[in-house]
Amino acid sequence: MRMFRHIYRLGLKELISFRYDYVLIVLVLYSFTVMIIVPALGTGLQMRDAAVAYVDEDQSPLSARIREAIRKPYFKEPREIAFHDIDRVMDRSEYTFVIHIPGGFQKDVLAGRSPVVRIDIDATAAGHAKLGTTYLTRIITNEIYTYLHGSEKQAALPIELNIRVSYNQNRENSWFMSLVFLNHMITLLSIILPAAALIKEKERGTVEHLLVMPLVPLEITLAKVWANSFIIATGAMLSLLFAVKGVIGAPLHGSIFLFFIGTMFFLFAASALGIFLATIAKNLPQAGLLSMPIIVPISMLNGGTTPLESMPVFLQVIMKFAPTTHYLELSAAVLFRDAGIAVVWPQLLAMAAIGTVLFIGAMARFRATFR
Amino acid sequence: MTSSGSIIRIQGLGHRYKKRYALENIDLEIPAGCRVGFIGPDGVGKSTLLGVIAGQKKIQEGHVHVLGGDMRSGAHRLNVCSEIAYIPQGLGQNLYATLSVHENVDFFGRLFGFSREERAERINRLLTATNLAPFSQRPAGQLSGGMKQKLGLCCALIHDPELLIMDEPTTGVDPLSRRQFWELVADMSSHHQGMSILIATAYMEEAEHLDWLVMMESGRVLASGTPEELKQKAGKATIEDAYIALLPEEKRYGHHAFTTPPRIPVSDGSAIEARNLTKRFGDFTAVDDVSFTIPRGEIFGFVGSNGCGKTTTMKMITGLLPPTRGEAYLFGNSIEAGSIELRKRIGYMSQMFSLYGELTVRQNLEMHAHLFDLPSQAIPVRVGEMAALFGLQEVMDDQTERLPLGIRQRLSLAVATIHEPEILILDEPTSGVDPVARDHFWELLIGLSRKRGVTIFVTTHYMNEANRCDRVALMSMGRVLACESPERLIAGRGCHTLEEAFIAYMMDDIARSGTAVVEDDEKQSVSLTVSLQKSHKQGHFFDIYRLAALVRRETLELFRDPVRLITSFIITPFLLIVFGYGISIDIDNVKYTTLDYDQTLWSRDYLEYFSGSRYFSDKEPIRSPSEIEHGFQKGTYTMVIEIPPGFERDIKRGRSPAVGILMDGTMPFRAETTKNYVEAVHLSYLRDLAELSPVPVAHSSAQVQPRYWYNPLVRSRYAVVPGLLAVVLMLVPAMLTAIGVVREKELGSITNFYSSPMTRLEFLWGKQIPYIAVNALSFLVLLAVILFLFKIPFKGSYPALVSGALLYIIVSTGIGLFISTFTQTQIAALVAAFVITLVPSFDFSGLITPVSALTGGAKVMSLIFPARYFLSISVGTFTKGIGFPELVWDFFFLIIIYATLKVMTVMLLKKQDT
Repeated sequence: MRMFRHIYRLGLKELISFRYDYVLIVLVLYSFTVMIIVPALGTGLQMRDAAVAYVDEDQSPLSARIREAIRKPYFKEPREIAFHDIDRVMDRSEYTFVIHIPGGFQKDVLAGRSPVVRIDIDATAAGHAKLGTTYLTRIITNEIYTYLHGSEKQAALPIELNIRVSYNQNRENSWFMSLVFLNHMITLLSIILPAAALIKEKERGTVEHLLVMPLVPLEITLAKVWANSFIIATGAMLSLLFAVKGVIGAPLHGSIFLFFIGTMFFLFAASALGIFLATIAKNLPQAGLLSMPIIVPISMLNGGTTPLESMPVFLQVIMKFAPTTHYLELSAAVLFRDAGIAVVWPQLLAMAAIGTVLFIGAMARFRATFR
Repeated sequence: MTSSGSIIRIQGLGHRYKKRYALENIDLEIPAGCRVGFIGPDGVGKSTLLGVIAGQKKIQEGHVHVLGGDMRSGAHRLNVCSEIAYIPQGLGQNLYATLSVHENVDFFGRLFGFSREERAERINRLLTATNLAPFSQRPAGQLSGGMKQKLGLCCALIHDPELLIMDEPTTGVDPLSRRQFWELVADMSSHHQGMSILIATAYMEEAEHLDWLVMMESGRVLASGTPEELKQKAGKATIEDAYIALLPEEKRYGHHAFTTPPRIPVSDGSAIEARNLTKRFGDFTAVDDVSFTIPRGEIFGFVGSNGCGKTTTMKMITGLLPPTRGEAYLFGNSIEAGSIELRKRIGYMSQMFSLYGELTVRQNLEMHAHLFDLPSQAIPVRVGEMAALFGLQEVMDDQTERLPLGIRQRLSLAVATIHEPEILILDEPTSGVDPVARDHFWELLIGLSRKRGVTIFVTTHYMNEANRCDRVALMSMGRVLACESPERLIAGRGCHTLEEAFIAYMMDDIARSGTAVVEDDEKQSVSLTVSLQKSHKQGHFFDIYRLAALVRRETLELFRDPVRLITSFIITPFLLIVFGYGISIDIDNVKYTTLDYDQTLWSRDYLEYFSGSRYFSDKEPIRSPSEIEHGFQKGTYTMVIEIPPGFERDIKRGRSPAVGILMDGTMPFRAETTKNYVEAVHLSYLRDLAELSPVPVAHSSAQVQPRYWYNPLVRSRYAVVPGLLAVVLMLVPAMLTAIGVVREKELGSITNFYSSPMTRLEFLWGKQIPYIAVNALSFLVLLAVILFLFKIPFKGSYPALVSGALLYIIVSTGIGLFISTFTQTQIAALVAAFVITLVPSFDFSGLITPVSALTGGAKVMSLIFPARYFLSISVGTFTKGIGFPELVWDFFFLIIIYATLKVMTVMLLKKQDT
């Protein structure tokens, strides 16, 4: 009881301090808005807005038809270039695809001479290269077919394929990406803020003052954990409602409350990691350098950019020990797939376990390093 | 312009911090060629005034003429800054702690452009005159306070300034060093007649020996003139008394001479006992065999210089530091046991300001009352009592950091005593506090001791405070020289004052131990100042020698912090390797399950096409559609293949059965790729089926021929790994430099930039060049990792890649410096470095999404952020096999970004403090 009162009081002090660091407040706001909305809307691994150019040496109704069939959302409107420009635009990565329709194309098609349409693909844009080629091939074949047969209907296949996509029928990329970036920002702040707060007390010597008082290190650190988690959780929930749901328009099917509980578990684990770093680093520059090889990999490899199952096995194993992996699994399951506690309890358990181990480690180092 | 004989002329000078006036309407004329003291307590504006005179601070109101010119004019400041030397407040503030004594002085010598011989001559002369020569290889951070101050003096004097400005040079220095310091100053002014010396000090007695004094109070000049004139004017015998007499009536209120009433000894045991306390840090002994006993109710003083071991002793007594040897007891209990109950009986006020500046006075008091577990209902009453006792009622709701030091110290004491402790441990509670406030503070202490029986253990470097203690321990270099009542200490040495007694004890000790300290008694006849000709005319706006001096110093500092150096070499390849393996755009091992209603040979045959593909990995089949949802939620699989009943029968009858594919669309990219894989597998099954049966396959009327450029096998690694260079060469260099300037701001060495002739560009490049070199080396390591670990073939032009990387490192270190100039705290710089570089370098560079496909804000950010241009150079030279001619625009944009960045940074970096 007495301990809770101490933790509460010390945490209040953290909140008051935060209120006066304007640059930091601006950075937190920026992280929870711009840094989620802009990348979620404008980037993504998915085939969207790929840049296409064409060289049309035929200038026939058929070539025009093909050109017009290439459109959003997969492709930007294609631009015409000259044949001798192909090398240059490929080298400069101006377009990922160049479609080359040879002279006399329409005539050859009608004559059944099976002419060749060439697609030049910049294969260094690996994410678009394969998918885009498949799509372009399909578009071109379809257009020729309908040009010849007058309808889009092709002969029935011996086995039909009926593909349905759950949870995100239109495969709207920004929904998931906004969640990934929200995860990145929460990770970044929840590790750095408590670590920096603790090192600041160390550098200013106020931690000694606290240690001489009837306080134990556990109270001092838990106070930092709750206060910073409070700031981040508030920012995260507001960002979820206004940026992810409001601006991006992601439908949140699941329980926001359960997501909040999951976020609290994650904040505990991530702050514990931050506190642990603070007990190792001597000063802030060191803390910055030390946190970089931890924060950047655990947030970029949490399964949001490359799915976990597509990574090498050793990385999959390592990433099981990072709280970020479990947090992303939990967030996606709860928010997009409406999973309940019965489904996500292993993630909660994993984050609690990681947090506890790190926290115990930090406590063991605390007295030794803060003298 | 200048009236003859005056070196400084000030008219109507005013200076504000936010709303508070630090200086108000100052008119002052200072005669040339003499030693001028600025006296008055902390917070009256001495530092601000000296800062303005030195050209450090921007003039807000009024006019300041120094050395015959207007200090508002940048050209004049540049002209005279090599004639002015400025030593800021705080010991060794402008020194570089990790550099040795010699390197520090040498840096300043180089900065002012002296040749090698001349530097050697001057450094030798200065170090000999100040007796620092034997310690020339010792890092400045490990010097005692007195030695730091002398080193600061050497650094300031190396360029023969006409005007030497020192802000509180003797605060925190032991009496012996202080005496030596003043002898040096006296020496200096007799050897070099023309030089004017401006000194701010809070020790009034030191001011007695100066030529001319300026007394300050609340941002105004109280009086100025020779010490004799001032004493006469006030009708007092000492400067300290004269100062108090000259104060306005309301400030003097309540001030009266007082003495400590004698203690009535109580015999209920000792409060604090130290037995043979020893503390070693490595081979340095900070505290050496210290023993003492403090009975209850006594005021026990610890006197000595900074770094003599006072604070370390206190930390051992409070249990903050474990002693190497010996024990400490509080009320007969070992502090090692350190129970919470024992700590409730102690009040501690640490030397570093221990209040939380952002909190109000009331919040500070309430927080501590809660932390000491006072009953909640009693807290408002107790807070009220403390406010009344310590005179804080009027400032209860003010933010603590905005209060004058004297009031803050009273609040600290209030905080330390709010729980009515039996022992008060105070570490230099009054340093920097004005005499009136100090007296007031001591009255409170004496009250606590005599009326409430509180035991007080206090450290101080003010001798008049030591005089008020019941007993005093004199400490020097980790040892207690003597421990007695002040009267007996003085009598024991046959001296008049405690200060003289202390010096006598120190001399004895030095004589006895024969320590390496060279004494001033063997008077050095070397002159401190030399009047050689300045060796070469320096460029005003850019000087290559100054830049070289700055680069040299930054490099030395970098080498003295191996953690930073090594980690930067380890982190970059580490990140590259982790991401090289971890980030892949190829989707494989898609987890799927099957729901086979048919369970025939054909359905199993169909499904084998999936299990045989390397893109798919099959999980336990399911039996009912009700299981699907749960498996998706858990992430057991992301796709379900549903074979309808009668699958085999329908195919044979040509009724086209439909295979159902249900996918988890949470990750759209994966869903879309999976869809393509499924269609491909499906088609290959159909093709094989067609060969077996006579079903005709449509004849194609045209062929589409894809031609994959540069990377025929479309291995994402060939693009991602070289692309990652653009990420890691952004993150790490920016983080390394982001701390650079802010750290100088927080640690104080930024004053060297304000007061020396170095220009903004020189300062920035001086910081940047060493980091460029470090990162260029780590680029070579990265190159080796890519070529030999990832085995990515290099097809293009090496010169283009290497020069591109160098240019990119210049830009990324520049981004770090830019961040460093607009942030005020290291925390903010750290967060900014992450937020600004992380997402743009991964997501807007073309690493994952091709830049040609970016839209909206992401496209704009990608255009202004340098990563995409270098990514194009790196992937271009590695995988596309191109060189300079194709990449000319990328180089061009990198240069444009760098130039813009540099202009913005230079504009944001202020050559003066605001």
